[in-house]
Amino acid sequence: MDTEFMRKFLPMYVKAAGLTLRLGAAGILLSLVVGAVCCWVRFAKVPVVRRVAGAYIELARNTPLLVQLFFLYFGLPKVGIKLSAETCAVTGLTFLGGAYMAEALRSGMEAVDPVQNEAGLCLGLTPAQNLRFVILPQALATAIPAIGANAVFLIKETSVFSAVALVDLMYVAKDLIGMYYKTDEALLMLTVAYLALLLPLSIAFSLLERRLRHAGFGRAV
Amino acid sequence: MEKTVLEIRNLTKRFDGAGVLNDISFSVREGEVIVIVGASGCGKSTLLRCINRLEQPDGGEILLDGKPVGGGDMVAVRRQIGMVFQSYDLFPHMDVLGNLSLGPVQALKRPKAEVEAEAKAALARVGLADKLHALPRQLSGGQKQRVALVRALLMHPRMLLLDEITAALDPEMVREVLNVVLDLARDGMTMLIVTHEMRFAEAVADRVIFLDGGHIAEEGAPDQFFHHPQTERARQFLNTFEFDSIKKS
Amino acid sequence: MQDLAVLFKGNNFQRLMGGLGVTLELSLISVALSVVLGLAVGVLMTLKNPVIHALMRLWLETVRIVPQLVLLFLVYFGLAKTFNLQLSGEAAAVIVFTFWGAGEMGDLVRGAITSIPAHQRESAAALGLTKAQSWRYVLLPQAARRLIPQAINLATRMIKTTSLVMLIGVVEVLKVGSQIIDAARYDAPQAAVWIYAVVFFLYFFACWPISLAAGWLEKKWS
Repeated sequence: MDTEFMRKFLPMYVKAAGLTLRLGAAGILLSLVVGAVCCWVRFAKVPVVRRVAGAYIELARNTPLLVQLFFLYFGLPKVGIKLSAETCAVTGLTFLGGAYMAEALRSGMEAVDPVQNEAGLCLGLTPAQNLRFVILPQALATAIPAIGANAVFLIKETSVFSAVALVDLMYVAKDLIGMYYKTDEALLMLTVAYLALLLPLSIAFSLLERRLRHAGFGRAV
Repeated sequence: MEKTVLEIRNLTKRFDGAGVLNDISFSVREGEVIVIVGASGCGKSTLLRCINRLEQPDGGEILLDGKPVGGGDMVAVRRQIGMVFQSYDLFPHMDVLGNLSLGPVQALKRPKAEVEAEAKAALARVGLADKLHALPRQLSGGQKQRVALVRALLMHPRMLLLDEITAALDPEMVREVLNVVLDLARDGMTMLIVTHEMRFAEAVADRVIFLDGGHIAEEGAPDQFFHHPQTERARQFLNTFEFDSIKKS
Repeated sequence: MQDLAVLFKGNNFQRLMGGLGVTLELSLISVALSVVLGLAVGVLMTLKNPVIHALMRLWLETVRIVPQLVLLFLVYFGLAKTFNLQLSGEAAAVIVFTFWGAGEMGDLVRGAITSIPAHQRESAAALGLTKAQSWRYVLLPQAARRLIPQAINLATRMIKTTSLVMLIGVVEVLKVGSQIIDAARYDAPQAAVWIYAVVFFLYFFACWPISLAAGWLEKKWS
């Protein structure tokens, strides 16, 4: 192992990890928003829109992110829609993640006993108050493990961003392999970088999950 | 003559075309305790759930203090009608105090400190003063149902609907819950109670309504209903609770 | 829209289908190997032996946390360099997807086995069934009902993940799509949007029926 080499190129990895984290975080947050909207549309049984949301979820869940990104980045400009690589990446990640988050939230909502809803209504809470104080806290607690798993999944999926010319961790590693043939060093740093990003996230969510389970409500999924 | 709190006129409810409730009419006076009995599936629970519109009736009228229920603002009506369910309907993510104060603070917009003081006092009256900060899962079934009763009472409802509140309890816990209900009856709370506890029904009821096949088959004072039922259906129903005549041969 | 016609020019359509064939073939081999290995791994995971337990845990966490593309790079570039072992992209893909799939499948098998309530085992024993009989008639059918829908879902995830292999030089459906677009960049400048949309729907129609089947079975057996 050439430690000198590794020290020299460490800043490139740090910068690339920053990009992964920034785009990943944006994608995860937007996914939660899209997921919440889809979930709401389906539970409120909004006509037509609910079917659209259902179709979107099926499309996004059954196609690879890489193909979605190729369409956005290489396809759309040909018909006059030019998006920056970063916009494409976040859009693609949100398109994919929104569907997964919608499913996580839906299973959380479904796990709340219907009698809880009735009990809240019987206390004279308005539907909005009931959602806020009674339903959502329980649904979210149940959905947290799935949301956490989705967050880890989405960060992992960012590894294809190099395909649309974003200088992410994969891009840097591939570059170093191609230019200097320092394969071992490049791959080691690549693996360590992803572990550094994902291990804390994964551990944080499993701790949160354990605490929620300890609180004793919500069913295990 | 006491005021009429609740009046039900020709209430009808169908599920998938089959009638569950057919043309039910009766009224509840202030301070009156009415117990509804009948075999499983006779529509007792559906009747209670129609009153505060957890189920949508298919016909008839329900009047609370003379004003028709339904159509418009169900939230306001539900604030005046308390309900306790068979299964433990406490909110599992809140402690006892949180469960008790949610309705008064959020729905009635009463000051939190005032509500909490009242909640403490009410909890003490049902013997649970030390459970203020317990979570529902730390309580026994009987304790949960007592908390659920207090939660409904803190809304100061015009009347209470109790839907088989002891059906899911172990036998030794039934008594502690029913004692609370008996106390409420003595204090003049207007109640509509669905139960399978016939001895309790006899003790607490001012009037018994026997539902059979979605109709009111018999209605009368508890003494008369339990000891001199007028209809054959009521006699058969009451017999299912008798084990005296059964012998291992 | 007329640029979509490129798809049917020459043998383009057959080539694209051939690419889809490569995608599905790689997925199918990996899924089959994962299922076989996963069944064994799952049983190992239920063992109480602390060493096996720790090893299995490490494996599972590794495939859960390290992106599949990183694993592909490790195997494709790393093995080549370190052991001077020149693997084809296809071989690297099958190794990685099986390594990943067997771990995930193992965890599903473990979950299915441990999810059977203890009283099921006890009532089978109380009926006087032998251990083999209770597995055969009582426990395995219940475990299978839980396992099969989840395993099918894992299969769709593996098909989707196969798209990554183009990044290590395997010519599969997405790569063939790019080649067709490149070749036609003067005659049909808008082909990219159409061809990639076609590839998108090819993946969709490969995965969607399988997802539907998983959902249907899950509902039927729950």
